Amino acid sequence: MSLNVLWFIIITVLFTGFFVLEGFDFGVGIIAPFLGKTDEQRRLLINSIGPFWDANEVWFISAGAGMFAAFPDWYATLFSGFYIPLFLLLIALMARGVAFEFRSKLSHARWRTFWDWAAFAGSLLPPMLWGIALSNLMRGVPIDAHMNYVGGFWNLINPYAVLGGISMALLCLLHGSLFLTLRLSGDLRVRARAAAKRIGVWTTISMFLFVIYSYFQTDLFVKVGLDPGSLPVLAGMTLISVPFLIFTEHDGWAFILSALTIACSTATVFYDLFPRVMISSLNPAWDLTIYNAASGPYALTVMSIVALSILPVVFIYQGWTYWVFRKRLDVGGHLDY
Amino acid sequence: MWAVWLDRWQFGFTTVYHFLFVPLTIGLAFLISVMETMYVTKHDIMYRRMAQFWGKLFLINFALGVVTGIMQEFQFGMNWSNYSRFVGDVFGAPLAIESLAAFFLESAFIGTWLFGWDKLPPKIHVLSIWMVTIGVSLSAFWILTANSFMQEPVGYVMSHGRAHMNSFGALITNPQFRVEFPHVWFGALTTGSFFVAGVSAYYLLRRREIPLFAQSFRIAVYTGLIASVLVAVIGHAQGQHLIKAQPMKMAASEALWHTSPYHAPWSLVAWIDAKDHRNPFDIEIPYALSILSYNHTYGSVPGIEELQEQYVSKYGPGNYVPSVWVTFWTFRVMVLAGSLMIFLAMYGAFRGLRDDEGLAKRRQYLRIMPWAISLPFIANSTGWIMTEMGRQPWAVNGLLKTADSISPTVGVPLVWTTIIGFGIVYAAFAVVDVYLFVTFIKKGPDPERGPEEMDAEALQPAFEP
Ligand code: HDD
Ligand code: HEM
Ligand code: HEM
Repeated sequence: MSLNVLWFIIITVLFTGFFVLEGFDFGVGIIAPFLGKTDEQRRLLINSIGPFWDANEVWFISAGAGMFAAFPDWYATLFSGFYIPLFLLLIALMARGVAFEFRSKLSHARWRTFWDWAAFAGSLLPPMLWGIALSNLMRGVPIDAHMNYVGGFWNLINPYAVLGGISMALLCLLHGSLFLTLRLSGDLRVRARAAAKRIGVWTTISMFLFVIYSYFQTDLFVKVGLDPGSLPVLAGMTLISVPFLIFTEHDGWAFILSALTIACSTATVFYDLFPRVMISSLNPAWDLTIYNAASGPYALTVMSIVALSILPVVFIYQGWTYWVFRKRLDVGGHLDY
Repeated sequence: MWAVWLDRWQFGFTTVYHFLFVPLTIGLAFLISVMETMYVTKHDIMYRRMAQFWGKLFLINFALGVVTGIMQEFQFGMNWSNYSRFVGDVFGAPLAIESLAAFFLESAFIGTWLFGWDKLPPKIHVLSIWMVTIGVSLSAFWILTANSFMQEPVGYVMSHGRAHMNSFGALITNPQFRVEFPHVWFGALTTGSFFVAGVSAYYLLRRREIPLFAQSFRIAVYTGLIASVLVAVIGHAQGQHLIKAQPMKMAASEALWHTSPYHAPWSLVAWIDAKDHRNPFDIEIPYALSILSYNHTYGSVPGIEELQEQYVSKYGPGNYVPSVWVTFWTFRVMVLAGSLMIFLAMYGAFRGLRDDEGLAKRRQYLRIMPWAISLPFIANSTGWIMTEMGRQPWAVNGLLKTADSISPTVGVPLVWTTIIGFGIVYAAFAVVDVYLFVTFIKKGPDPERGPEEMDAEALQPAFEP
């Protein structure tokens, strides 16, 4: 396997980690103002992701930095091209980060309501924007012979991409409410499960529409034929099974399977792109690929050694943090946020 | 031209803003680690309250450090895509390592530290904050590796019009990096120290919690003294390196229009006339620039006009002179702030530290210390402005000009959009941040929490699929 392929895989893994992990804390951020009836309940909901959200976000930062190191042209074209969406994404991530940290620092009701909605918007916008970005990546965007995106903002907003954005947001919402069924107890847990039931149905519908739409909008069909291969099928099957597991109150399994759905869907997107990283809708010769957008072999070798030795350690200690905070939160407990 | 100008302003203000939080994070993380270690070794609950109190302020600051950092990570792509294409091969690596080795570490362990007071045994808990300290220091290590490459490119070859890494070892042993990293890191320690000392002085003046804050003050002042002396010593070494590596920056920071005489004097202050290349008014200290540059009373320092001629013959026509006014004054402000810090820390460390009451009685000194919190922030900002603006017109010294670094497809209206957008958000954050700091400082440390309260959490097992 060439280093270019290896790095494509590493970046896929980083994005997958990001969507699976940050996915649930996006979901919690979206649902918190609705599920939490009292201030204490809302605090409880935010505390459920308190120890985790920052580390989850680092998966995204690492994915971005990994792109910079391994595929500088991908990094340069994507982030200078998807300029306004990235700007909105950054503002959203700033708003939610600060909201989590600051909301409970003062006790005025207005202050807390303000940050609750900042956290809501800051959690809803990123998955929508990512859905839009990924759909456009699969569909192809206008890229010229010098690897520059020449499309402007409105080019990115098309029905297909919007459906992608909605599906992504729903998926995170489902994932987040399932996470809550594991972290909370009592009444809140029951309500989170009820929410997951309703969301699960809509998510499934939206995702399937999106997949069907993809056959018309992308070259997935040309590439893989009618049988999409095991990854997307697995994504579909796991998604369908989630509602059943919620009905039978197998919360843990439901969460694991929604994580798998996100992982398989992300992997499908990248699999569909491979070996391209950005598709030019103007001329296939202008596609960015893992070869023409990559760093040199020396840099890739160094980075491979570094990444492959550090990432396993990261898995271990991040796993450990989830283990430390495995206990359910309860009303009346000590809250930090 | 407008686009370059705007892109520079955007990078400049967002980065300086990020660097208001960064050094305080690094410095406070270290001091809190020390305090909590004292709690664990001495079993004195006061140190625990101390660590928790400073920890609260730390977190308010940390939140903004994190969110402004996320923006940093992506702005190379947003406004500087040609730059990213040009150096990504070399420059991306330290950035990616920073993320993998440092950000993961600090973000995971800040979580266990903040939420783990009641869940982890004290020894593991104190390990968490040390991990955060290591994480933030590693973060400085790697990002400064990247920045040093821009000041002094090493470990690369040029091919197809781009820089390609050919020696990772050279990158992390960059002579520029060897002085830049310790300077910035100890600068960060002084920032934490003066913050703790200043806030403690506020309490001592009001005679609140004297034992706790007198002890905080001592820890801070000793750390601050050591760190601020080291910052100056390393800063001196940096100047000596600068004259070899970036003589133009050196000349500009001295407003030295023409190569100096054999015994070079140092301008304390000067009125700069950038149009006619002269300083109509100048107070000079004889020999001082030679000493600064070479540790001797002799040795001449190359001047701006001579260097400009050299550069034109080397790199082709163009203006290679950075803003002399900015580099000259930012350098002086940094050095002045640094000197004041050494003086204040020395005074604190040698006078009136013996007993708590004696310290609380030094009211004149204690009244100055809260104001002195601003000094390291001023030195940090002016230091960076000098370093970065003194490098102009280069983005990567000698290889790539700033004007050639920007994103060709991002037009002026787009940059305006993000400048205004980030500007508003950052301004709002600044207001909230200051407000929270003041509120929490006024409120003071939490009363002692007994162990019963901490065990009282109603806990149930989770993850039962
Ligand atoms: C000398 C140190 C230093 C310097 C020069 C910079 N940073 Fe920084 N950065 C830190 C030291 C640091 C830190 C101490 O590690 C922070 C500050 C507060 C924090 O939470 O971590 C941080 C946070 C931080 C984060 C958020 C990490 C997280 O989510 O936990 C990112 C993505 C960046 N930075 C990226 C950058 C980039 C791209 C820079 C260059 C332009 C930059 N920083 C300059
Ligand atoms: C955190 C501390 C830093 C501060 C306060 C700082 C400050 C600045 C300032 C004021 C400018 C504008 C200079 C001008 O336009 O005249 C600038 C430019 C720039 N800096 Fe830094 N900088 C910092 C760290 C870094 C680091 C660590 C990097 C790289 C990793 C970096 C990369 C750049 C780039 C790419 C530009 C834009 C091109 C240019 O204008 O030269 N900076 N910085
Ligand atoms: C007191 C004597 C000091 C001297 C002689 C000194 C010297 C220098 C020099 C020569 C540079 C430029 C290096 C370059 O461009 O490559 C620099 C940069 C810098 N200084 Fe200082 N400095 C002093 C104090 C301080 C203090 C007290 C702080 C902060 C608390 C500080 C923070 C910085 C920072 C953040 C930079 C930019 C990063 C870098 O290039 O290292 N300095 N200093």
